[in-house]
Amino acid sequence: MTQLSVNHFLYLVTAAQWTVLLSLIAFVGGTVVGLPIALMRVSRSRLARALATVYIQIVQGTPLLIVLFLSYFGLGILGYKLIPLVAAGLALTVYAAAFLGEIWRGCIEAVPRTQWEASDCLGLNRFQQYTYVVLPQALRVAIPPTVGFMVQIVKNTSLASVIGFVELARAGQIVNNSTFEPFTIFCAVAAIYFALCYPLSLASRHLERKAHAGRN
Amino acid sequence: MSYDFDFSFLAEKWPAFVAGAWLTVQLTVVSIALGFAVGTICALCRVYGGAVLRRLVGGYVELIRNTPLLVQIFIVYFGLSSLGLKLSAEVSAVIALVVNMGAYTTEIMRAGLQSIQRTQLEAADCLGLTRLQAIIHVVLLPAMERVYPALSSQAVLLMLASSITSQISAEELTATANLVQSDTYRSFEVYIVVAVVYLALSALYRLAFWLLALVLFERKRRLGTAL
Repeated sequence: MTQLSVNHFLYLVTAAQWTVLLSLIAFVGGTVVGLPIALMRVSRSRLARALATVYIQIVQGTPLLIVLFLSYFGLGILGYKLIPLVAAGLALTVYAAAFLGEIWRGCIEAVPRTQWEASDCLGLNRFQQYTYVVLPQALRVAIPPTVGFMVQIVKNTSLASVIGFVELARAGQIVNNSTFEPFTIFCAVAAIYFALCYPLSLASRHLERKAHAGRN
Repeated sequence: MSYDFDFSFLAEKWPAFVAGAWLTVQLTVVSIALGFAVGTICALCRVYGGAVLRRLVGGYVELIRNTPLLVQIFIVYFGLSSLGLKLSAEVSAVIALVVNMGAYTTEIMRAGLQSIQRTQLEAADCLGLTRLQAIIHVVLLPAMERVYPALSSQAVLLMLASSITSQISAEELTATANLVQSDTYRSFEVYIVVAVVYLALSALYRLAFWLLALVLFERKRRLGTAL
C-alpha cells in the first residue's frame, strides 16, 4: 500500500485524456452512422424506415454495458485481436448512433413542411432539398441537444473500464488498488468528469436559450 | 471465420438468468419508486422553495447529471465503506440508483410543474385550499401527466443502467451473465441471451408504464388524448 500523492492525481488527469479521446471517437463514429440512421428514419422508403427503427429500438432497449461486452467478445470471435480501445469505440459508436439518429430525426421533422414544398416548386431534387434547404435549418435546431448528448457520451465512456480500457474510471480503480483511499480517489475522479461535462451542459443550455430567443 | 454458436448452456443455466432478471426487476422497481419520490420533492423545492433550497437542489442535480453512474456507485459502495459505513452491494446499488433517478426526475418534474399555469394556483387559493393542498390536489397530477413520456423513458433508461451495478457484485442480470460466461466460455452467446432479456424487460416496463397511465390519468383518458 502506498501513500496517496500528487503523482496519483497526475495519473488520473493523464488517464482523462483517454476519456476525451474515446469520447471523440464515439462522437465522430456516432455522427457518421447516426446521420444516415436519421435520414433513413424520415425516408420515403418503408423498408429504410423499418430498418432504422429496429436498429434504434434494439440499441435503446439494451444496456450499453451489454453492447460493450458483445462488441468486445464479438470482435474476438471474428478473429480480431481484442484491443479494448477498438471494442469500446465500436460499442460507443453503435450506442451514440442510435441516440443521435433519434435526436436528429426530430430536428429534421421540426423543419416546416412548407420548406419541402417550396423547394419542390423550385425544382430541387431530393438530394438538393436536403443539402441546401432542410439540413442547414435542422442543424440549428440540432446543436443544443447534440451538445447535451455529448455529456452522456463522456459519462458512458466510463463503462469502457470494464473491458480493461484504462481511461479515467479504470485509472481510479488502479490508484485505489494501490492506495486504498476509495472515497478521496473516486471523488477526485467524479470531479474530473464533472469538469469535462459541466461546461458541455452549460453550453447546451446556453445554446438552447439562444435558439429560442431567435425564434420568438 | 468459422464459429459455431452454442446455446446449450441455457438448458442448465436458465434458472440463474431468471433469478438475475428477477433481482434486476426488484432493484429497479424500488429505485424508480424511491427516485421518483425524491425527484418530485426536489422539483417542488426547486419551483416553490426559497433561494437557498433552490440552490441546493440545483447543485445536487448538476453534480449527479454531470458524473457517471459507475463512479457514483463506486463512491457509495467503496467510498462510504472506507469511511466506516458498510453497506451490502444491493443496498449500495439501490442508494446510487435512487440518487441518480432523483436528479433526472427533478429536472423532468420541474419542467412539468412550470408548465402548470399560475392561474391554477390562484383558482385553488380562491377555493380556500392551502398551498400544500393546492400542490397535491391541483398541480401535481397534471404536471406529471404532461411529462409522463419523459418520466417513463427515464425509468426504462434507469433499468438498463442498473446493469452497471454488476460492477460492485450485486447479483443482478448482468452479473449473472458474467458468472455464466466464466463458467461456460460462451461469452458471445451469453451476452446475446442477456441482451434479449433486457429487450424484453424494456418492453415489459413500457407496457407497465402505459397501464399505469391508464389508471393514473383518468382525465386524459376521458378527453381521448394519447397517454
